[in-house]
Amino acid sequence: MSDKMHIKLTVNGEDKEFLAEPRDLLIYALREKLNITGPHVGCDTSHCGACTVTLNGKSVKSCTMFVAQANGAEITTIEGIGSPDALHVLQESFKEHHGLQCGFCTPGMITRATKLLEENPTPTEEEVRFGMAGNICRCTGYQNIVKSILAAASEINSAKEAAE
Amino acid sequence: MSVTKPLPHDSAKLHVTGTARYVDDIPVPADCLHLAFGLSDIACGSIQSINLDAVRAAPGVTSVWLAGDLPTDCDCSPSVHDEPLLSDGQIHYLGQPVFLVAATSHTAARHAARLGQIEYSPEPALLTIEDAYLAGSQFGDAPRIWERGTAAPAIYAAAHVIEGVLDMGGQEHFYLESQAAMVMPQDGGDMLVHSSTQHPSEIQHKVAHALDIPMHAVQVETRRMGGGFGGKESQGNALAISCAVVAAATGRPAKMRYDRDDDFTITGKRHDFQIRYRVGTDESGRIEGAEFLQLARCGWAQDLSFPVADRAMLHTDNAYFLPNVRIESHRLKTNTQSATAFRGFGGPQGMLGIERVMDHIAHTLGQDPLAVRRVNFYDTPETQSGRTSTPYGQEVDDFVLDELVTKLADQCDYSIRREAAAQWNETNPVLKRGIALTPVKFGISFTLTHLNQAGALVHVYQDGSIQLNHGGTEMGQGLFQKVAQVAASRFGVPIETIKITATDTGKVPNTSATAASSGSDLNGMAVKAACDTIRDRMATHLGKNVQFEGGSVVVDGSAIPFAEAAKRCYESRISLSATGFYKTPKLEWNPETGQGRPFFYFAYGAACSEVVIDTLTGENRILRTDIIHDAGASLNPVLDIGQVEGGFVQGAGWLTTEELIWDDKGRLRTHAPSTYKIPACSDRPDIFNVSLWDGQNTEDTIYRSKAVGEPPFMLGIAVLMALSDAVGACGDIYADLNAPATPERILKAVQKVRDGI
Ligand code: FES
Ligand code: FES
Repeated sequence: MSDKMHIKLTVNGEDKEFLAEPRDLLIYALREKLNITGPHVGCDTSHCGACTVTLNGKSVKSCTMFVAQANGAEITTIEGIGSPDALHVLQESFKEHHGLQCGFCTPGMITRATKLLEENPTPTEEEVRFGMAGNICRCTGYQNIVKSILAAASEINSAKEAAE
Repeated sequence: MSVTKPLPHDSAKLHVTGTARYVDDIPVPADCLHLAFGLSDIACGSIQSINLDAVRAAPGVTSVWLAGDLPTDCDCSPSVHDEPLLSDGQIHYLGQPVFLVAATSHTAARHAARLGQIEYSPEPALLTIEDAYLAGSQFGDAPRIWERGTAAPAIYAAAHVIEGVLDMGGQEHFYLESQAAMVMPQDGGDMLVHSSTQHPSEIQHKVAHALDIPMHAVQVETRRMGGGFGGKESQGNALAISCAVVAAATGRPAKMRYDRDDDFTITGKRHDFQIRYRVGTDESGRIEGAEFLQLARCGWAQDLSFPVADRAMLHTDNAYFLPNVRIESHRLKTNTQSATAFRGFGGPQGMLGIERVMDHIAHTLGQDPLAVRRVNFYDTPETQSGRTSTPYGQEVDDFVLDELVTKLADQCDYSIRREAAAQWNETNPVLKRGIALTPVKFGISFTLTHLNQAGALVHVYQDGSIQLNHGGTEMGQGLFQKVAQVAASRFGVPIETIKITATDTGKVPNTSATAASSGSDLNGMAVKAACDTIRDRMATHLGKNVQFEGGSVVVDGSAIPFAEAAKRCYESRISLSATGFYKTPKLEWNPETGQGRPFFYFAYGAACSEVVIDTLTGENRILRTDIIHDAGASLNPVLDIGQVEGGFVQGAGWLTTEELIWDDKGRLRTHAPSTYKIPACSDRPDIFNVSLWDGQNTEDTIYRSKAVGEPPFMLGIAVLMALSDAVGACGDIYADLNAPATPERILKAVQKVRDGI
């Protein structure tokens, strides 16, 4: 078996150091080495989006990347977006608009959606659907997911306007 | 009152923060072993020799099991004991587990499982419905046949005779969380099992059997699943049994999770069906006689195929009165994965048969398909013309579909848009539109009558908080919240007072699978019974005129907080814990004769879909869908609408993009989301209007609600019918579009209709 590598990551603002095999996938490093289990394994093959994290400012499916490739990166997972006592607007919106059923896709959905709204703060419904097309949900039929994201976008925007 | 409120999912806060735990998220003890199966490479034959040296030598591997190393046959079957955990030397399908590897990590186990060297002597495999039907390979001594009246003479005497064949594919569940289990050995050989299962009691039963220990030595806990859809009714058995075997042999915890490819390759899916039909109608399109031959591909083991195929037979009528009918059902045994439960449980397949027939009649007679459907409807409670009896003898006495369909057709401008689509098709040679409106009538109850029972356990603590447990499992459908709403309403307390704990065989025993859409019907009633027992005890103790409302107990007009009341009862030595039990009334069913009352009631709904196809490529889109669905007096409209939307999209996926392809060796070629396409966010209809029917269950169910898990799945049928309507616009031949209607199939159908090839 190959030699272990020293890996450094900043995850949700905290510096993490650990040993890993270079071939270990980022998702397994997060889940098994760091016990960050919000990002889920849905397909292992970069098609479902359940494992989505934000890596150096981009949405990344963490099953698509070796942990060695991520060395030195800054990563945000669902755990870094909000907590049960302090929900992010998107989290609140998914909860209120029933944008989830079994919840397995939800961390990946919300993590992707936070980036989507940064990339495009005022998306149309069409743009939301396109922007979320890499994240699969088997339960909801997506209707309420799209609704949750659009509602969060308008909430964020009206809060911004109020602040200006 | 909490019931009828649109409260969010009970775990919503945990889901949105990634803190809701699934089996794979439970922290594992450091010495935990991880398991994987070595799979067969052929579909049929016997094993000549096995060399597992490389497997044993692989890094991290601690031990390897073959069938002979197991404590028993470790049968995994939910029905007739025909599924040994590991091959006994015979191979029945490609992907069958042959050996079991335990290693120190998931990846190490998976890696090692690929290194087995197995020599086979292959035998010819039966893979398709045609193969198995011709070879007479089926389960049961004879096909099951149910008849009412005399179908053949009625068809012979009819003005029009229409016949055809419909093929429909299976469907992979693709629960986003793949199958998973973890077992921790306990004192004295007891086992604690965490399983992603819809049926904890079954897991308990199978684990106990595998280890030859009593059921009391096995405790199964299921907090939630990342989706189930029927795929976790029996398919989790193999994982839990494997973990238990390894835990018993090594004394170490063991965990197993299928990666997605293994999940596709090993586990059962929806049954694919071929339905051959022959019907005779009068001039209006009304059916006078009908014959159906239903061929179900069941795979290598029986699993739940008998009740599935029965349910297909029971939904042959859907919303239509069939005065003379003969249904013949063959349960074909093939060398493929053992087909299993999937949302609708055979109902969708049976229903699709008659919906195709309706369109075929309409085409032959040159009528509007909706008009043909309506003329065949059951009687409404008002129009008593003797058309109320189903082929199996159960009366349909609350047929709301006539009214519901009228409302939907009005609301969505069915006639105007049908006219507009026709005009569009006149002038557009390439893009063709189609529109269809199809109804759903779905029978609610397990057809195995004894499964229609449930238990609950409720504790009121002295601080007034309430803990609730029942036999149902949470897979996203919102069952826990609905049941908590029932409890909150019974005690008149806010929903936050109630905590629902993981489903646990140690708390409520002998439960049925959370299946057949029965979760809230059964468990809601059991919880109500338990709550009422405690409430009555409290009331008797507290005074004469007692009410539970607004977080208080009102005794003779003066309110005391619920917590205070609980404390007083506790101090007066009143028991604040109770079990509840419920069994569905009025059921009486004989599957041999196909007569009786298998269902407590029916759930109804209808969908209208409009699509557009590109006749040069077969590409297609759903432009608009309108749905009205009957959930009775909904316990929670937001959760119910979520079920309707999700069910429709999943149903539409089954009939359009989700295609399972086995090659001629029996290898499932579409074994990952790269090749098996489930609907994505961008596939949703452009316009999607969903509402609930404003009504009540006429039967005495929990707060007069209706089950909503499975019925909306069949609303997806409207999409297939709309696609065939669009194909039909290309010529005069009937577009007998099969499912799934992939672009390739649509293109072929267009060519057939347009050019006769
Ligand atoms: S697990 Fe990474 S995309 Fe599915
Ligand atoms: S909520 Fe179950 S997969 Fe999305």
